[in-house]
Amino acid sequence: MEYFERFAIPHPSQAIYASMVAIGLTVIAIIVGLTYFKKWGYLWREWLTTVDHKRIGIMYLISALLMLFRGGADAIMMRAQMAVPDNTLLDAQHYNEIFTTHGTVMIIFMAMPFIMAFMNYIVPLQIGARDVAFPRLNALSFWLFFMGAMLLNISFVIGGSPDAGWTNYFPLANNEFSQSVGTNYYLFALQISGLGTLITGINMIVTILKMRAPGMTLMKMPMFTWSSLVANVIIVFAFPVLTVALTMGTFDRLFATNFFTTSDGGMDMLWANFFWVWGHPEVYILILPAFGIYSEIISTFSGRNLYGYKSMVGSMVIISFLSFLVWTHHFFTMGQGALTNSIFSITTMAIAVPTGVKIFNWLFTLWKGKIVFTTPMLYSMLFIPTFTIGGVTGVMLGMSAADYQYHNTMFLVAHFHMVIIPGVVFAMLAGLHYYWPKMFGFMLNEKIGKWTAWIIAISTLLAFMPMFVSGLDGQARRMYTYSASTGFGLWNMISFIGAIGLTIGFILLVYNVIYSIRYSPRNVGSDPWDARTLEWATPSPVPYYNFAKVPHVISTEALWDAKYHQHELFPEPYEKIHMPNNSGVPFLLGCIFFAWGFSFVFGMWIPTILTTIGIFICMAHRSLEKDPGHYVPVEKVKTTESKLRGSQL
Amino acid sequence: MKKSWLRLIGLSTIVTMLTGCDPLLVLDPKGPQAQVQAKDIMLSIGIMSFIVLIVFVLLAYMLVKFRASKQSPDYKPPHIKGSTKVEIICVGIPVLIVAYLSFISVESNYKVESTPEKYKQEEPLIIYASTSNWKWHFSYPEEDIETVNYLYIPAERPIEFKLYSYGPITSFWIPQLGGQKYAMADMVNTLHLAADLPGEYMGRNANFNGKGFAENTFNVTAVTQDEFDDWVKEVKATAEPLTEEKFNTLLEPGHVGQSTYTGTHLTFLPAPEGENGGHQHGTSHIKDHASQQKDH
Repeated sequence: MEYFERFAIPHPSQAIYASMVAIGLTVIAIIVGLTYFKKWGYLWREWLTTVDHKRIGIMYLISALLMLFRGGADAIMMRAQMAVPDNTLLDAQHYNEIFTTHGTVMIIFMAMPFIMAFMNYIVPLQIGARDVAFPRLNALSFWLFFMGAMLLNISFVIGGSPDAGWTNYFPLANNEFSQSVGTNYYLFALQISGLGTLITGINMIVTILKMRAPGMTLMKMPMFTWSSLVANVIIVFAFPVLTVALTMGTFDRLFATNFFTTSDGGMDMLWANFFWVWGHPEVYILILPAFGIYSEIISTFSGRNLYGYKSMVGSMVIISFLSFLVWTHHFFTMGQGALTNSIFSITTMAIAVPTGVKIFNWLFTLWKGKIVFTTPMLYSMLFIPTFTIGGVTGVMLGMSAADYQYHNTMFLVAHFHMVIIPGVVFAMLAGLHYYWPKMFGFMLNEKIGKWTAWIIAISTLLAFMPMFVSGLDGQARRMYTYSASTGFGLWNMISFIGAIGLTIGFILLVYNVIYSIRYSPRNVGSDPWDARTLEWATPSPVPYYNFAKVPHVISTEALWDAKYHQHELFPEPYEKIHMPNNSGVPFLLGCIFFAWGFSFVFGMWIPTILTTIGIFICMAHRSLEKDPGHYVPVEKVKTTESKLRGSQL
Repeated sequence: MKKSWLRLIGLSTIVTMLTGCDPLLVLDPKGPQAQVQAKDIMLSIGIMSFIVLIVFVLLAYMLVKFRASKQSPDYKPPHIKGSTKVEIICVGIPVLIVAYLSFISVESNYKVESTPEKYKQEEPLIIYASTSNWKWHFSYPEEDIETVNYLYIPAERPIEFKLYSYGPITSFWIPQLGGQKYAMADMVNTLHLAADLPGEYMGRNANFNGKGFAENTFNVTAVTQDEFDDWVKEVKATAEPLTEEKFNTLLEPGHVGQSTYTGTHLTFLPAPEGENGGHQHGTSHIKDHASQQKDH
């Protein structure tokens, strides 16, 4: 029995026990359901072993939505606890665990896979490719991300949640001050999913550089592809820093090294520096693809080409460069002196210039356009004003002397939520509505969609604008409670109401999906929005080989040229198509990595050694395996195409 | 349960309505450094509001003028590449704004990082402020006294806080006197503050450091120099001496309330500066102490 005591939760509550039961019941229900409906084979053949970038994209999407609700549940608990002074809904320890997992889940396991979902699904279609450059690595990326996410998510029922904040600052995260295994979970969950992200970065760069359709030069790539390219370049430069920092943190916790300790030459400032050298570019990894999605949507629904294409590309490249030169602004107060702070203050505010260029280019794309208010367009138009508020407060935070007053307060919390929610979450929701017909062959209901967009936008303002005020009134972030005499009560109550509004908005989103699955008409065609880029030249839903014939491109808007300027998109005859084979190894490797991480978390060394060997066996298997892929014969392509396109041909 | 919730909501609303008229702490500075910061904040709020306004007006104009329902069905939007003139304006004006803000920012940086101009002729009072979970230790080396969780300072005189920590990174913050700075285990940070007026101010640790973070606060009382001298005399006459043993019990994690001592812990446990700094990689007392703490 003693062996199993390590898996107990150090700080249990009834809610956690209830969650354990709920998780157990859900797992049983899934297993029984799959068995009853005889879906095990389907699940294995079509999803667990797939290397199709579209399927992987959809799996990322589902994971991101699930994690959105996990992180959202954390958020609503936090806001409920803070709604009134001296509240006793949660105690300090639970509150600390909840804000730690809220941040980690939302950034690493919600926003990242959401971005990955669109990059996976859209980029190959937009460049006229049949898959990514390394399809099997792509599957491995997904399974590593997924297992990392699961590892973090089981922490609160087995062994204890991480509780040192999503920034996980050492020495607080050392064994001395964080005694449960929670921080180990954090380190390994991020490490495993971070490996997946790094692999995706390489995969996407190669895909975009090597697999574009004939005629698509770099400056003829659609904006979302450009944004993905830049984001993936940032991934490749930034994620190794995280990998190293996590490894050093792991060594400190498991093997008693002294990188970040308070004694024996350890330096607590080192973690903060490493973390933000990765962490700040990470913000741009999230926001640039989101900007790409907005560019596609705004151009489509203005009925116009994107204004200032070159300056859009240029501004992204400059942002990517600057994103590595501003990390110190996350700790102006660490005491590096006036000179260092001045330099980083200037680089930080400088980012406002290229970002401003993008905002103005979107505004000028509307100019002389023919604006149609669909749900994706509504999200984009709500994004511009709310993001501008978030963005300019970023410039305010960039003034380092003033930052001594904003730092660690609710003002900062308000700022980054006002940037990330309109910037990333609205973009993902806009992209979800925009690409839904391409992914699933029917539209999401427009009326419910618009209601949802308005509710989410207004609730975002309600939830986060009051934090600017309470921050300036001296409310520090991460406090689990406050006394009535501070006067923070009113602002936090308004925030709580906003949080309830956001919950309603997201439930409405789920309702919309269910409603549309049942009632939405299925005959929407391949190009329901009258769009401009190549992904809409494929039938909906997209056949597994994407393009029956390789498209030829002469501008950034290949489909628009074909529709309205007599450009011949598919001049070549049918040919047999080379496609990769499915493989179960990425899923298996993901599972082994999960077991590997879990063993490390609890310091169980024999399983650790066995799983490490397992990982190397999987890699050796891949190296020695001969897998030439397979060909889809011309006849099969023709029949599939005529079935999918039907009367359109 | 529900009733008490409603009562709490009602009560908190009334309380905040009553106090709501007070200016926000950060924008109600009582010292020269906080004044510099409040001025920067108000200036940047002004400029930023102007930018937000421009974006809002442009957006509203575009959305009203160019929506499809206002145009003839056969209107075809033109293909517009971009214009160098527009680009220059879109880059130029933000560059000017950022340049101006940068100038202000750099100027303020040097102000908040040095003794306040106003009180330069006064001799600064040096106070060592250190944290351990979850309390503040204030050592007055010249006066040879030490307090826990409360601070007595003379108004109209510059104060140099020497910040460090026996554990996680914390942040020393008295919003009305000036912005915060980190206290860390392996180096000493200096924060220059001063109070213009005698009064009571809120101080706290602003950087998350675990379970006791919310209550990791301290009271600041600014008094005239004469009153301060009297207070020091009184402490020396009445407070018990701070022994190493006593200090070690104080360092143990928990909340201890306020207390006062003669003598400072600096004599037997120097701050991590100079040869005792963490960067020296030598044997420091802090290191010995940290390992002692681990044993508990």
